[in-house]
Amino acid sequence: MKCADEFRSRAITAPLVEEIIRSLVRPLRIMEVCGTHTMSIFRHGIRSLLPEGLTLLSGPGCPVCVTPASHIDAFVAAANLAQVTIATFGDLIRVPGSNGSLATARAGGARVEIVYSPMDALTLAQQEPERLVLFPAIGFETTIPTIAATILQAERLGIENFLIIAASKTMPQALEALMADPELQVDGLLCPGHVSAIIGSDAYLRMAERYHLGCAVAGFEPADILAGLLSLIRQHNEGTPKVDNCYTRVVSPEGNLKAQSLINEVFMPADSEWRGLGVIPGSGLVLREKYSRFDGMLRLEIPLQPTSETKGCRCGDILKGRLLPPDCPLYGAACTPLQPVGPCMVSNEGTCAAYYRYSGQKVSHRKIAKDTTTP
Amino acid sequence: MCLAIPMQVVEIKGGSDELLDPCVALVESDGIRKEIRLEMADRIPLVGEYVIIHAGFAIRTLTVEDAEYNLKLMRQMAETLEHQGRLPGAPE
Ligand code: SF4
Repeated sequence: MKCADEFRSRAITAPLVEEIIRSLVRPLRIMEVCGTHTMSIFRHGIRSLLPEGLTLLSGPGCPVCVTPASHIDAFVAAANLAQVTIATFGDLIRVPGSNGSLATARAGGARVEIVYSPMDALTLAQQEPERLVLFPAIGFETTIPTIAATILQAERLGIENFLIIAASKTMPQALEALMADPELQVDGLLCPGHVSAIIGSDAYLRMAERYHLGCAVAGFEPADILAGLLSLIRQHNEGTPKVDNCYTRVVSPEGNLKAQSLINEVFMPADSEWRGLGVIPGSGLVLREKYSRFDGMLRLEIPLQPTSETKGCRCGDILKGRLLPPDCPLYGAACTPLQPVGPCMVSNEGTCAAYYRYSGQKVSHRKIAKDTTTP
Repeated sequence: MCLAIPMQVVEIKGGSDELLDPCVALVESDGIRKEIRLEMADRIPLVGEYVIIHAGFAIRTLTVEDAEYNLKLMRQMAETLEHQGRLPGAPE
């Protein structure tokens, strides 16, 4: 499409890159919070354009990657019930829980269908009234209103055989929890474009003030991302961290009020476990009492069991920006996109998968170190 | 999971009943028409306007001018940089 091509053209990006190189006066660490940013940065080779002192860290912004094994186990338990069809976003099906994934359940005879929208799951429920259709409701603020609207539609149409397992998460609480970690060294946040379209750029004001942290809301085209990075460098140079909205064609200060009211109508905040980050207070959403008949865990009597993290997987440290994927000893050896060990390698937007596909680095640093020391 | 590319609306359908027949937008890309839900759009788009889509729902309506104005800004940003070595509005 013409519009997108223009945002990618070199005529626009080259001067931005030059200005970034000129402006960067000391090393900076910037966290890109959103999985779609991570993907775009890799796909367009943005890292290779940036000066050495500018380090990009990936944050906890891939919804598939932060879904804990306990929730995956609940999805798999539901899939294994004879009367249940799982209708899920495609990225989720290969994510391992503590005992297999939706893909392994499907190989064992469970019905697991891939849908593009929660509304498609509802359509499936209408087409197959004899089955219970369950949608694993993962996602951040951009996806949650689509799930809420689907529940309201099911309510209007009186559809009885549509269920969800509420596993959605909200971004600001997780970012605050991360920023409060004294070990995390981040000089600026590249804030997610479409989450911000819903929650509004003002949602980051508190963070900018409390942690003296520059925030830039950016879209997904290379020019958008570069403009966001440049804003963060400048904010740092001037010592005036604030919230800079570099995606005004989509994001307003107060966000999308209609979407916010959809969320509030159907869901309420609750504590939530993030893979690798642990339980973060108020960072998840559960169905309100009024809509509890859509609660799959309640109706199918599936308990949420505590689980331990996948052994050896360093996704937690990667989601916190502490390690880069090649720092994980399993990277490229036991763990590849074809045979993923952890969620960061499964999801298209996972940092490990993006690294593996695009960076040219196919083995772990640890392995290189070992190989060069053994004669 | 975010799709950055705005899609142009070619038709608005439904809307006979706000509850049971809420209106939906048809968008077209590569000759394929897709139905997009409008429950969470900040406003109902006109035919010819653009929407940004997430999981089958429009999350934001862009006027044609919006899209073009922003493109122009980005282009200007680039040109100014080339001439002066700094962004418009940046401190001297
Ligand atoms: S490389 Fe694999 S095992 Fe290591 S952190 Fe990434 S997903 Fe986990």
